[in-house]
Amino acid sequence: MLKRVFRAAALAAACGAAFWGQPSRAGDDTIKIGYIDPFSGAVAAGGDASLKMGQFILDYINSKGGALGKKFELVTFDDKLQPAEALIALKSITDQHIPFVASCVGSNVGAALINAVNKHNERNPDNRVLLLNCGQLATELTNEQCSFWHFRFVGNVAMRAVARIKSLPKTVNSVYLINQDYLYGQSIEHDTKKYLAEYRPDIKIVADEFIPLMQIKDFAPYITKIKASGAQSLLTGNYGPDLNLLIKAGVDAGLNIRYDTYLGHVIGAVTAIGIYGDGRLTSVMEEHDNIPVEEQNTEAEEFFKKWRATHDFAFIGVPGLTQFEMMARAINAAGSTDAVKVALALEGMHQKDLFGADNIMRKEDHQLLMPYYEAVLTKNVKYDVEKTGLGWKTEFKTTVADETLPTTCKMKRPAS
Amino acid sequence: MQILLGSLLNGLVYGMLLFMLASGLTLIFSMMGVLNFAHASIYMLGAYFAYDVSRYISFWAGLIIAPLACGLIGAAIEVWGLRRCHRSGHAAELLFTFGLVFIIQRLVMMIWGTLPVPYQVPGSLNFTLFALYGQNFPAYRGFMLLVSAGMLLSTWLVLKKTRIGLIIQAALTHPNMVAALGHDVPLVFTIVFAGGCALAGLAGVIGGNYFTTDSGMADALGPIVFVVVVFGGLGSLVGCFIASITMGLVQTFAVTANGSISSLFAPLGFDLGGDTLLGEILTLPIARIGPLLPYILMILILFFRPRGLMGTRDA
Repeated sequence: MLKRVFRAAALAAACGAAFWGQPSRAGDDTIKIGYIDPFSGAVAAGGDASLKMGQFILDYINSKGGALGKKFELVTFDDKLQPAEALIALKSITDQHIPFVASCVGSNVGAALINAVNKHNERNPDNRVLLLNCGQLATELTNEQCSFWHFRFVGNVAMRAVARIKSLPKTVNSVYLINQDYLYGQSIEHDTKKYLAEYRPDIKIVADEFIPLMQIKDFAPYITKIKASGAQSLLTGNYGPDLNLLIKAGVDAGLNIRYDTYLGHVIGAVTAIGIYGDGRLTSVMEEHDNIPVEEQNTEAEEFFKKWRATHDFAFIGVPGLTQFEMMARAINAAGSTDAVKVALALEGMHQKDLFGADNIMRKEDHQLLMPYYEAVLTKNVKYDVEKTGLGWKTEFKTTVADETLPTTCKMKRPAS
Repeated sequence: MQILLGSLLNGLVYGMLLFMLASGLTLIFSMMGVLNFAHASIYMLGAYFAYDVSRYISFWAGLIIAPLACGLIGAAIEVWGLRRCHRSGHAAELLFTFGLVFIIQRLVMMIWGTLPVPYQVPGSLNFTLFALYGQNFPAYRGFMLLVSAGMLLSTWLVLKKTRIGLIIQAALTHPNMVAALGHDVPLVFTIVFAGGCALAGLAGVIGGNYFTTDSGMADALGPIVFVVVVFGGLGSLVGCFIASITMGLVQTFAVTANGSISSLFAPLGFDLGGDTLLGEILTLPIARIGPLLPYILMILILFFRPRGLMGTRDA
């Protein structure tokens, strides 16, 4: 008898525990954003950094009132950089009727999410979601794979390639290309070669290498090859451990080369290169801490200082700030979180970013157009990165006009 | 020449690290017939322990303490876990070690967090040993070679020259007879398991700051270690050694190879590009499929010599 009572109680407790952890349905007093990124595995540092920046941005936006009188809230999901896991997370997000999905790392995940969101929105017109791309860069996502439901709030690979190639000094005449073997890395390789042919046909590409994504831990064999090639510049779109370990191996081996990167400003790379990076590491970025000093923008300088007070790594979330300022305006204009209404409000929207530049969400392909800065890592700047004593100094800047590139997007617009 | 020598050295270092990991696994596999899925997880634990010890005491203390701790954990797993599962057969033991993989990974994430930890090469070893054609060879790599070679030598000595080594060798192939002769075979099993785990822990101490120390490192190295064990054959340390060095060299040289598989056949007059079956794979440069090559080798050896290179016992 007692055994039966005990069993029933245990079962009830288990059921209660299962429901205790249930997230509340949307329609509460916050606007939820389902945020899918890798929080474990090789790129965990990147996902974690993005999350911290996201929370900082949302605290700021919420302090200014959020949208429709409600605050924004992030609901996180770990995708381990695997498309399959990201799709499971998307299912969970739509089950909870969360209206927005954000994802910042991994164009492979981005492509899978675009596909899945297209299908979901077509089959579930009463539970549509918008996909907010805060860092998946492959140009294809707003070209061949463009979608009405997808909005990209950061510059794509082509935009960055324009800045990257135009900013290479005239003294460089040989480059070694090395990239990650997946959608993003292939996009970098393709656009780098395209713009090299267009702007710098004098530069010789001595090698065009692909590495498996997040697999290689020992880059010494690659450094051997790079050294033997005699290239003056290592031109790479690598990020995370694929960049940090490559740089580390290069420094260990005493390789005397320029590191002309696309994502060398992302967490960990400056620490990996250390003092050796002085004058050697360059990257193309939307922001760095010394731009407000260079452009005499005290409001922006205060914003970065507030971040530096509590964080050890650089704030690279200026597009994220722009993204949520635009989302708040769009939701207020739409009067709800309905996907179609918010999407229509976002299309063609102009928004001044933290540095005062006029960003435009292009209607044709839902790509946010913004200027890019190319900067070199050097001493004698006001603000350093990751406590290394070295910081970024702008060498080259593009305008929104420079970055307004043609698109091949043929967007299917919803009937309603 | 520069590329050849550079790659040779790097491949050797990587191969020796694989050997440290695989030797423990092959001993356990041969003796107890149980595939210890958690072997790479013990390697990960060794790295994390070494990180903690090197923070509070020193790297050199970690070199002693971490493998000991892993050996103790191995003994505990064997006594309280595997012995019980042994009654229920091989499948139960396998599933037990498989489950351990997840438990250990989550524990690591809970204790040390999900981000990689900054386990660094000690300052005393952070210099250049020599320069080879203008490329520096770090002293730490030389240290890794030294430790792995020393470990190989001492393992060989223990197995061949000591009494316990003799008993272990015998129990490897004839456990029942050894038990009948009055030796405590379960204790021998525990010692071997603990020893294997200690070796994995030592590999973690050395490898953790050479690669990165994060919660995914077991998943990264685990599969390749199994390939090495299968390729080298069960019950043979020499086979394991040959297999590890081979895999290390193959993966390292693959990076610098500039041809593709189809280019290998071109001089013979076969045109394997474009429209032929598997044409896409065959024209890929070998550097891009480098990580695949050990697995292809494993499949080949399973086809032609399932026992492995020098296996003394069928799986």
